[in-house]
This record gives sequence, C-alpha cells and structure tokens, in this order.
Amino acid sequence: MTIARQVLRGGLDLIEALLGKVFPPAWNPLLNLGALGFFFYWIITVSGIYVYIFFDTGVQNAYASIEYMTHEQWYLAGIMRSLHRYASDALIIVMMLHFVREFARDRYRGVRWFSWVTGIPIMVMVFVAGISGYWLVWDKLAQYVAIVSTEWLDLLPIFGEPIARNFMSPDALESRFFTLMIFMHIAIPLIALAILWIHLQRVTKPRINPPRGLALSVFAALIALSLVHPALSQAPADLAVVPGRIGLDWFYLPLFPLLETLPGSVTWGMSACLLLIMVAMPWLPPLKRAQPAKVDLANCNGCARCFHDCPYNAISLVARSDGTAFEREPIVNPAYCVSCGLCAGSCPTSMPFRRLSDLSPGIDLPDHTMAALRDETEVAARGLTGPARIMVFGCDSGPAVADVRSPSVGIVPLTCIGQLPPAFIDYVISRDLADGIMLTGCRENSCNARFGIEWTKQRLARERDPHLRNRVPRERIRTAWVGPSGASSLRNALSAFATELQNAAAGTDPTAQFDHSPAPREPVDA
Amino acid sequence: MPDFVRYAGQFVFFVLVAAFIGYFSNQPIYQQTPDGMAQIKLSFAHGGARKIDCRKLTSKEIAKLPANERRPNTCTRERIPVHIQLTLDGELLYDDLLEATGLSKDGPSRTYRKLVVPAGPHTITARLRDTKRTTGYDYEATHQVTLKPFQNLAVDFKADSGGFKFR
Repeated sequence: MTIARQVLRGGLDLIEALLGKVFPPAWNPLLNLGALGFFFYWIITVSGIYVYIFFDTGVQNAYASIEYMTHEQWYLAGIMRSLHRYASDALIIVMMLHFVREFARDRYRGVRWFSWVTGIPIMVMVFVAGISGYWLVWDKLAQYVAIVSTEWLDLLPIFGEPIARNFMSPDALESRFFTLMIFMHIAIPLIALAILWIHLQRVTKPRINPPRGLALSVFAALIALSLVHPALSQAPADLAVVPGRIGLDWFYLPLFPLLETLPGSVTWGMSACLLLIMVAMPWLPPLKRAQPAKVDLANCNGCARCFHDCPYNAISLVARSDGTAFEREPIVNPAYCVSCGLCAGSCPTSMPFRRLSDLSPGIDLPDHTMAALRDETEVAARGLTGPARIMVFGCDSGPAVADVRSPSVGIVPLTCIGQLPPAFIDYVISRDLADGIMLTGCRENSCNARFGIEWTKQRLARERDPHLRNRVPRERIRTAWVGPSGASSLRNALSAFATELQNAAAGTDPTAQFDHSPAPREPVDA
Repeated sequence: MPDFVRYAGQFVFFVLVAAFIGYFSNQPIYQQTPDGMAQIKLSFAHGGARKIDCRKLTSKEIAKLPANERRPNTCTRERIPVHIQLTLDGELLYDDLLEATGLSKDGPSRTYRKLVVPAGPHTITARLRDTKRTTGYDYEATHQVTLKPFQNLAVDFKADSGGFKFR
C-alpha cells in the first residue's frame, strides 16, 4: 500500500506541478476535483431535465425521440444531449482522480475513514446511473448494455425468472421494463446526491463550486466538444440481431467485455472483493495517528478561533464548565480530529514569548506541543551562521525540509504550516534568531489539512486572527508553496532569499533596509 | 511564464481533455460477435416431473386432515432435473441436465445460453426430457433456418404452447 501510495503520489504531484505552470493555484483542475464533480453533476441534471421533456418513455418511440433531439433540434436539445453525455464522462474522470488522489495522499485512513467509506456508494451509484442512462437511448449500444447487465445480474440466484429473458426476441420486450430503467436513472443520482451530503459532513466549508473562471472554461470546452463531436445514437436496437460491432463508452463500460467473457463466479467474486477491499482500506492497515488536539481550559478564554479554523468540524463550542467568567469553551471530538494543529496555530495563547509561565496554549497537539516547537526553533537557530541566516518552517506534507538544512539554514518541521502561530515569526525575527523566515509546504490550494496555507496567508496579511504583528518586516518573510516534489524550487527560493537578505544587510537594496538590532525582550505572558 | 503562454497552455489542456472525452466516449469500437457469425439464444424455465409421484389419499387419511386442508392427493415437492439437448446440423451444440431451482428443488429448471454459430443454412434440433423416462425425449422440434451474419435466433420452450418455439 505504501509503495502504491508513493508511486501514485509522485505521479499526481508531477501532473499537479505541470498544471500549476499554466493554471493559477485556484484554477488548477487537479486541485478542484470535488468541486468539478459537483459542477458536472449540475450540468448533467439541467441537461437531463431538458432532454427528458422531449424524451418518449415508450420503448417503441424512445429511439425516435432522441433522434429528433439530435438532428431536428440539434441547436438546443442536441447540445443538451451531448452535454449530458460528456459531463457524465467528465464526472467519471474527476471522480476516479479524486479517489486516487485521496488514496495517494493518505487521506482515507484514521478519522478520514468516514469520507472515504461514504464516497464508495456514490461511485457505484454514478456508474449505475450512467449505465442505466445508456439503456434509454435504445440503440445497439443500449441493447448490448441491457443484455450484458441483465445476464450478469441473472448470475445471482435471487431472481425467479431470468431478467435477460426480457431481451430474448423483439416481441419479448415491454415498455414497463423500460419505465423501470427511467425511474432508476432519475432516482439513483438523487440518492447519490443525498449520500454526497453525508460524504461532506466531516469537512468544514467544503468547496462544492469551482472558481468561476475554471467553471466557465470547462463548460466552454464541453459546449465546443458537443458542437464539434455531438453525441449520436448508434443503429436502433433490434433484438433479432446481435449488436456485433459497438461503440462503447469506455468511461462507464470498460468492464462489460469482461462480464461477457469471464465466468460469473469470477466477475461477481472480483467485484465483491474489490468493493470489500475499498471499504476496508482505511483499516489496511489503520493509520498510526497522532493524538488529537487537547484543550487546556486554564489557558483558554473561549475566543472560538480554533472553532472557526478547524477544517474538519472537530471542534465545537459548549457552555463553560470550569466556573470561570468566560461564556464558552471548545471541545474536541477525537473521532473527527486529524491532528493537523491548525487550532493550536490559531490560539492567541500560543505565544513563544511567554517565559513567566509554561508555554501551554488553550489548545495544543499533545504529540507536537507549542513548547516543543519553541524548543525546536531555538535549537535550530543555535549555531546558524552567515550573513543571511534563514529559518525554514515546513509542513510534513511539503518538500523534505531536512534536505535544505545548512549552516545558514535552520529547519523546523510542522504537522501543517497552519500549525505555526504568527507569533513564532515575530519571535524569531525580534530575538534575532534568524535574518529571514521561509514558510514552505504543500502547493497552494492543495493543503493536506485543507486550510493551512489559506489561514497562514491571511494571518500574515493581518486579515485573520491571530495576525502577524506590524513590527515584523514583511520583507523578512518568504513563502514557497511547492509541494512534496518541490525541493529544488525550495532551494532556489532559499538561494534568492539569501541574496536579498545579504543585499539588504549590505545596504545595496534600498527597498529593504533591515534593522538587525534585536527587539527589546518583552515578558509577554498572554 | 508570460501570460499568453499560460493562456495557450490552458487552451491546449482543455482541448486535450475534450478530445480525450470525445474519443473514449465511443471509441475504440468493440466487436462483440465475430464477423460471419450468428447467435442462437436458448432460454426457458420449465419444471420437471416430481421426483416421487403424487399418491391418492385414502378416505381415512383425508378424514384425519383438518377440514380446510383436505385434498385428494399428496405430493412431495422435489422435481427431477430437465434434460435439454440442442444439435446443429446433427452435431451436438449443447447438452445439459438442468437441476430444479429452489432450496427444496421444487422450482422450475432454468437455462439461458448464448451459442455463437457460423451464419448460413442450418438444421437445428431441440430436445427436452422432463419425465422419468431414461431413453428418448418428451419434446423434440427441428427448425430449418438460414442464419444471416449477426442474426439472433431465440429458442424458447413453453410446454403449454406445445413445446419449442424458434423466433
């Protein structure tokens, strides 16, 4: 599993990086798979409703009604039909990529099992809905799909009369059976939508809409495809003739030839095993997870920043229980917490300046506490030499920061970059532990803990609490959102940053004159 | 990277994705049945005779039964397998002993078979045995047909309608 994950992650990271060269981070299609899936679902829904207006649900006239749409009313119903098909195909692509990407990034085990497991029935339903849709055209492909599907179902010993007998000969088929398929084609996507709602229950602020520019571009591409290469029916179904040569939709039907050729015990056995393995994957083996975040009420004033910053709905606010005057207190649901540390990074009491009392914030990660982080920072700073000393704070899901350690570059690994309170940047600069700070991690819009980069950027821009203090020169901070394969990009960024720092120190860069005198020590005890 | 190069890159990406979807939505063509071949589809559901014949109840036995359960005969549930045979131009094409369905083997015997055969003129003979006889068949039908390439000939069996039907 680990090797498979690493190989897939490497491949996807490469694609992500390539797409990142031409798309802005917010538009990168690989970073919008879920949102694009929703977008395609809406296209399918709207186009499906329109097509249904003109669709004749009787088996005798279904084909003719679709031919009318395709050829007579090609300018609207024809395009809608093509959009319906191509958006369905695109949905399969983004759904499968989403599935593979979450696996590759190891975001399916531990507390994330819920989203993984609830995603599986959605995948099955999308396939079933698509396959049932192909029946309705009642052309050669529909005939093939109907016969192979029913023959496969008949292999289960649960049907009295084989369903495939409905397709024995032209006089065997009834419109009633056809009506059942239409009902399935409409009902299954609706059920899938309901499960999608459940699928998203454990994430806050789920992105269900792609950026407008990306959505418009994707839509334009589908429209162009519909005009250039409209979806067409094949020859009308005729049960007196076997389909022979068929144009298959390989997105939905890649396994149909196997269903025909392999024994039923093999195909059903493989399907059942595959489904079982997919469901069991979060526990094969289970994630050795870090301890969930822990609230320390003695240092918590119930400000709710952790509640607002948690990306997985793991924190809720309840009435204060310790008798203090504060109104609320956060509680952590360990079943939802991924131990990303964003809550600790948002806590205003995560102040490294504290010396009069222990650095014990209101909420913290027991396995990687703020006190330990301060110690690591001080250790990393000790012995830094050179005219441009840089402290790198890097998240575990980003580039391997250990590779950039040098006499002038110290490193501090984090669970997620969002774990870093801005006060640490202030601390490093004001205490002259380093001349510059480099923050690095996942690619923008690709944060492993969803909001680590976004919250960090907002904190640095002083748009989100706790924000970076004004006294910290912005020129002393650089960010490199380069992802796990971006070690060389990080090295280049560090090299450029070191040059800038040296120029500023030497006074050759008039725009960046740094004050190297340490800030006065403040006995801050928040 | 200059903006126009990035826009061009985005355009190329969308063209490639659209082409990928457009192509694989109905290509490459899949050949389900080889050229020059036709198909015989044999399917039916038919119950064989009971394994143990029904027996007439004596008047004493009938009298012992509750009033609402009194009947002249008593029967066991299990049915014997149905023997089906299909020949094409005298050559054996399909021969099977179809067990009765159901946990108590009291349901009909069923089959659903697709047999790919060369197109052209053929003599098809279907035979079925559903009784305890050990030789011969209870139903037999012969059909002369010229199968066109990709033709699907359905062979059904309905005892009520006289036996085999070729459609």
